[in-house]
Amino acid sequence: MLKQAIENLGNRTLEGVWRIGYATRFFVLILLHSGTAFRRFGLTIREIYFSGVLSLIIILVSGLFVGMVLGLQGYETLQTFGSEEALGILVALSLVRELGPVVAALLFASRAGSAITAEIGLMKATEQLSAMEMMAVDPIARVVAPRFWAGVISMPLLAALFSAMGIFGGYLVGVQLIGVDEGSFWSQMRSAVDFEQDILNGVIKSVVFGIAITAIALYEGYDAPPTAEGVSGATTRTVVASSLAVLALDFVLTAFMFRGLN
Amino acid sequence: MNLHERTIGRDSLQNDNLVEIEDVTFGYGDRLVLKGINLRAKKGQVIAIMGSSGCGKTTLLRLIGGQIKPGQGEVRVAGESLGRLNQRGLYRLRRKMGMLFQFGALFTDMSVFDNVAYQLREHTDLPEDAIRDLVLMKLHAVGLRGAAQMMPSELSGGMARRVALARAIALEPALVMFDEPFAGLDPISLGVTGNLIRRLTDTLGLTSLVVTHDVQESLKIVDYVYFVSEGVIVAEGTADDMRASDLPYVHQFVHGEADGPVPFHYPAPPYADDLGLGGRRA
Repeated sequence: MLKQAIENLGNRTLEGVWRIGYATRFFVLILLHSGTAFRRFGLTIREIYFSGVLSLIIILVSGLFVGMVLGLQGYETLQTFGSEEALGILVALSLVRELGPVVAALLFASRAGSAITAEIGLMKATEQLSAMEMMAVDPIARVVAPRFWAGVISMPLLAALFSAMGIFGGYLVGVQLIGVDEGSFWSQMRSAVDFEQDILNGVIKSVVFGIAITAIALYEGYDAPPTAEGVSGATTRTVVASSLAVLALDFVLTAFMFRGLN
Repeated sequence: MNLHERTIGRDSLQNDNLVEIEDVTFGYGDRLVLKGINLRAKKGQVIAIMGSSGCGKTTLLRLIGGQIKPGQGEVRVAGESLGRLNQRGLYRLRRKMGMLFQFGALFTDMSVFDNVAYQLREHTDLPEDAIRDLVLMKLHAVGLRGAAQMMPSELSGGMARRVALARAIALEPALVMFDEPFAGLDPISLGVTGNLIRRLTDTLGLTSLVVTHDVQESLKIVDYVYFVSEGVIVAEGTADDMRASDLPYVHQFVHGEADGPVPFHYPAPPYADDLGLGGRRA
């Protein structure tokens, strides 16, 4: 009984170490084969369309509603202290520092990450990747690397658009609906939001999230067993693993970026 | 007729061989799939590799394509040992190979035209006009010039196989490998595909390796046959040799007999034991 438990633990540990090693090697291969993604930038642009442009609807609509909710909730809280003019600051900082990068990343993982995994997994299951190899075309360079860089480029742009729509949603509710002074809303936001501390850090976060989500999605697709069940499981793992990675990375990055702020 | 009888005098023909497999052993984990295989494919011939499902035929093709490496032995294509090539060398050699996968493996996000043009665009600097002409010529050769703008999802199984064949010969390779080209085809498509393999091999001077278990169709078009069973080559010879063979395995396979050296039943405990009748008394 004890021997069996130790054996199981050993097997799982070995398998985990093997998977980490394989994933690391896969990530290094993507970086080494990234030349094609930039030399033939058309390939990357095509993937930016599929990952980024096709994610716009969910990102923009979600950003708008998150901003509107922030406007409502923020106003409720701020008016208790008589500082409802600070609504613009609350909405902008919440979105630019945290909600923009994090929620956009979670949505990106669900929409684009799962699509990337399913597409690569199905290409593997239908032997399209093998066919490519047999045609002397490296699938890592031709298929994987352009999708990786497309994800890395798309993510900060989507996060920025999410934040912009969120601020607009906050403005609609706070200024247009509730009646907060428009001048205070914008001027306080402009004076409180710092480009380096807030906007740049938000961009750095979303780039890191983009790397994590796309790398996980590509790895899961490439490693998926070539069956319907295998692809389905890989797609689920992509959404779960990349969402958890985003949340964990957000905590670590926030701890480093904002610990010195008042 | 067995392997050893046929290997006499083979060395004198060595330069004519496009593919040479020497004493190759390969396994997945502890399970050996191929055990000391020797095989040669002479230039300009259609060679069939036959055997029951799971006997290692497709594994042989993957070894020749360099997608997997043998545990022991050597695989040479066009005189180059695949085990000694790095990735760049392997990709250079693969430009001399074409492969038709069992279900075509067409790129589903591209039209028929773009599928066939894929290698030309990846590996050559030809202008788009020249690529267009070449693609239409290849599609005409397989009878599907009129389907150039269709998507793979609009094709029947036989048409997809023919498009994949056009794609496989796009760069006019020296060797084309066919993985179960006849599987799941209606009788008309079956005949068309078989004739295409023979005709393209002759007109383009290819060497064709056909992995199949469709005996009757392939014996019509092949020059030489290897029979694989349980990881070893159990017989080889011309199509006529195989038809006349009295080796039990070949006889069973060629005549489609349900039982013989290849048993109908997968190994299992006694039937009565499985039904719980082992200890029952009358």
